[in-house]
Amino acid sequence: MTEIGTPAIGTPMRRREDYRFLTGQGTYTDDINRPRQLYAYILRSPHASASVGGIDTGAAAKATGVVAIFTGKDMEADGIGGLPCGWQIHSKDGSPMLEPPHPVLANGRVRHVGDPVAVIIAESLGQARDAAELVQINYAVEGAVADVSEALKSGAPQVHADVPGNICYDWHLGDPAAIDAALKSAARIVKLDLVNNRLVPNAMEPRAAIGDFDRATGEHTLYTTSQNPHVIRLLMGAFVLHIPEAKLRVVAPDVGGGFGSKIYHYAEEAIVTWAAGKLKRPVKWTAERVESFMSDAHGRDHVTHVELGLDAQNKFVALKVSTLANMGAYLSTFATCIPTYLYATLLAGTYTTPVIYAEVKAVFTHTVPVDAYRGAGRPEATFLLERIVDLAADELGVDPAELRRKNFIPTDAFPYQTPVALQYDSGDYFSTLDLATKAADYARFEARRAEAARRGKLRGIGIATYIEACGIAPSAVVGSLGARAGLFEAATVRVHPTGSVTILTGSHSHGQGHETTFAQLVADGLGIPMESVEIVHGDSAKIPYGMGTYGSRSLAVGGTAIIKAMDKIIAKGKKIAAHLLEAAEADIEFKDGQFSVAGTDRAKSIGEIALTAYVPHNFPHEELEPGLDETAFYDPKNFTFPSGAYVAEVEIDPDTGRLEIVNFTASDDFGRIVNPMIVSGQVHGGLAQGIGQALLEGCVYDKTTGQLLTASYNDYAMPRADDLPSFSLSTHATLCTHNPLGVKGCGEAGAIGAPAAISNAIVDALKEHGVRHVEMPATPEKIWRAIHQQQLAAE
Amino acid sequence: MQKTVSLTVNGKPVSATVEGRTLLVQLLRETLGLTGTHVGCDTSQCGACVVHVDGEAVKSCTLLAVQAEGRAVKTIEDVADGDTLHPMQEAFRDNHALQCGFCTPGMIMSALDLVKNNPDPTDREIREYLEGNLCRCTGYHNIVLAIKAGAAAMRGEKQAAE
Repeated sequence: MTEIGTPAIGTPMRRREDYRFLTGQGTYTDDINRPRQLYAYILRSPHASASVGGIDTGAAAKATGVVAIFTGKDMEADGIGGLPCGWQIHSKDGSPMLEPPHPVLANGRVRHVGDPVAVIIAESLGQARDAAELVQINYAVEGAVADVSEALKSGAPQVHADVPGNICYDWHLGDPAAIDAALKSAARIVKLDLVNNRLVPNAMEPRAAIGDFDRATGEHTLYTTSQNPHVIRLLMGAFVLHIPEAKLRVVAPDVGGGFGSKIYHYAEEAIVTWAAGKLKRPVKWTAERVESFMSDAHGRDHVTHVELGLDAQNKFVALKVSTLANMGAYLSTFATCIPTYLYATLLAGTYTTPVIYAEVKAVFTHTVPVDAYRGAGRPEATFLLERIVDLAADELGVDPAELRRKNFIPTDAFPYQTPVALQYDSGDYFSTLDLATKAADYARFEARRAEAARRGKLRGIGIATYIEACGIAPSAVVGSLGARAGLFEAATVRVHPTGSVTILTGSHSHGQGHETTFAQLVADGLGIPMESVEIVHGDSAKIPYGMGTYGSRSLAVGGTAIIKAMDKIIAKGKKIAAHLLEAAEADIEFKDGQFSVAGTDRAKSIGEIALTAYVPHNFPHEELEPGLDETAFYDPKNFTFPSGAYVAEVEIDPDTGRLEIVNFTASDDFGRIVNPMIVSGQVHGGLAQGIGQALLEGCVYDKTTGQLLTASYNDYAMPRADDLPSFSLSTHATLCTHNPLGVKGCGEAGAIGAPAAISNAIVDALKEHGVRHVEMPATPEKIWRAIHQQQLAAE
Repeated sequence: MQKTVSLTVNGKPVSATVEGRTLLVQLLRETLGLTGTHVGCDTSQCGACVVHVDGEAVKSCTLLAVQAEGRAVKTIEDVADGDTLHPMQEAFRDNHALQCGFCTPGMIMSALDLVKNNPDPTDREIREYLEGNLCRCTGYHNIVLAIKAGAAAMRGEKQAAE
């Protein structure tokens, strides 16, 4: 095992990647231009549901600069496959989910506003866009459905002819008879209907893709805004374009944020790669923001009924959840696992609830496909659980913090097997709640409420705890649940002859700071300065393999792969050192970059060992190969389970419904922390997105036409600097027990815990007005209506 | 329709032939290869494309290239002094005020404009000024700290990073 605990780990090292970003020297996909490059403009459906009668490209094809126009028919003629879904779910009755085709370019029918219909390729983007105006498409518009509840009604418009009732699957977890019995035995049942609002991820860098083709070698290259270039190579090569991996290189250079939305294989990647091969010229596509809104996978969009049963001692005895999950018009890459195995399995939360049952209907609608967005299933689970717990506390007249403590999994109960499949390895929910409530001065809140009331303001405080399953995932486990991929990670540690080190990692950084955090691991592990370490990611031609970055997995899985590869380097180094020092291998110790004979001052530095490995004049050739270059694949044994407690305090003006967050306190357990500065940044960003969901953001479709009403930053309320407070953060570590670093992951926590904390604070502020729940986003209008609901009802 | 436009970019005179509809940001990125200025939206909301025109912060997607005729444009590429970061850039690094880096050039250009007009801004003034610059990664917390620290450094004071 690599020695851990020396200086770099735990230090808030300034980021090595910052210089290039601060000086405008980053290389994002749209910054790349290839010689003889053409530009693609994608013509998208303006209708939510229509059959496409005919596409007349005659006039457009003759327009200045136009090189080619392709439609779905051209792709079909070339035998191009549909976009695959990576996870198969089985319904309650054992039948597999219905998986309708997802054509790259629509062929005969469009199913959401933004569905790509044709691609116009020209010498300049302006020419392509101009020519697109000349394409005549004969749409026969049909009825559309955007809302999950509406889509299940009899007579609702059908999204796919071969998916009756628009139901993709009807899945469940748990025993329906056991939950009914447990609820029957409960002293009290608390019920709530709630909506988890649809969100648009909105990474600031719009998606982009450049296809390139080398006639001399027959190699295709795709530059793309991806969180996982190898996954794109696999999916696009094997399922869509039928290009062998050896002839397909995928490069994801600097990527400007992802939040899940850049995990998936998108149509545009296949279009530019295929078109570049046909035209023998590079083809570039960059999304306009309006295209991002209508083609990036959206997040959340659940409608849920939840029932919590409590016994006479206020212990949770049963939790029953029924959810309708919107899939959109097609199945995005990982869409199907989000409202199932990343959602229902988290419903124990931080509590000992013994019986849990969840049923989920996944529903097609005429909307953009929905997939993982920061948190992915876990925010939805946390939101309903923490709302129903608060509602229970209110109905019982008990303190919500006390009710939580009463039901927390005891600190000595780990490993803890939940009734919903997961086994938590470690955690201490009492400590994070104590830290958060102390920092928030929870004990003296009522005095602040009274003071606000004297000023005519309604003040509320809200707690949320959360648990998440990160570090995804043990391949055998996810495979048994329907995943069509493994979820390991790969890393190479390449020690060069003169001692500098290149790390090739399958993780991908799009803001997370891997170039710094991973270098800290290696500096400590090999006892060399950080300046001697280079981190390389994002290029399938350089890196052996990679599953990429999502689900807060980079350090727990990708970092562990680096540790495992360093272990191999050290093991080989010990053999070389034993040979050079004429000692037994068992007597060689490695510490702080030195291989030494135990109990002596005889030692060789790792640099000397590296030089010997590459200039092997005096080398144990019978036993070892030259070189010092090792690769490891690491498949985790379990998920990791970050947890925490958040406290939000809000003040509301009852005359306007305007809300101010006066305090936001977060306390998280991320296990060991390698770079506390970067971890704080991850929490801040997650909180901003969680608060955005709670107060501002909502993707809105017109219910009757399926028109996307929020398709720009004029209509979709992104959190701005003056919408957000400063945050008060703390951490309390219990180490992950099954990876060598003891790390758990921190990327999604804020987005998971914040919505319930804010919503609970709002309801607490409004409870004197009889308010039980306010749907997200809790805009001033919704809050004002909630305050005045009885009065409005009377009028 | 093609037109020739002459302007100064980062202290150097440049001349280019552009279409009437070409935006200043397109001239910078595509014709001049200054890709530090980014495009994050189509509606002049996100601020990733902020540059300075004659010393004022301007969203370079709101200006036609031909409107920059005779103007002096400064982009993120000209903020550092050689290899030495500007104090505001240094403050962004020191306070971890950037993650993916995409909004960062616009943030820096806006921050410099704010501090030029208000050398010692309060948190509230910073947050209100940044209305036109979206960041999806940082939650703005560290950007506010960075701009305060950068402003202090530009006033000749030192402010410890948190």
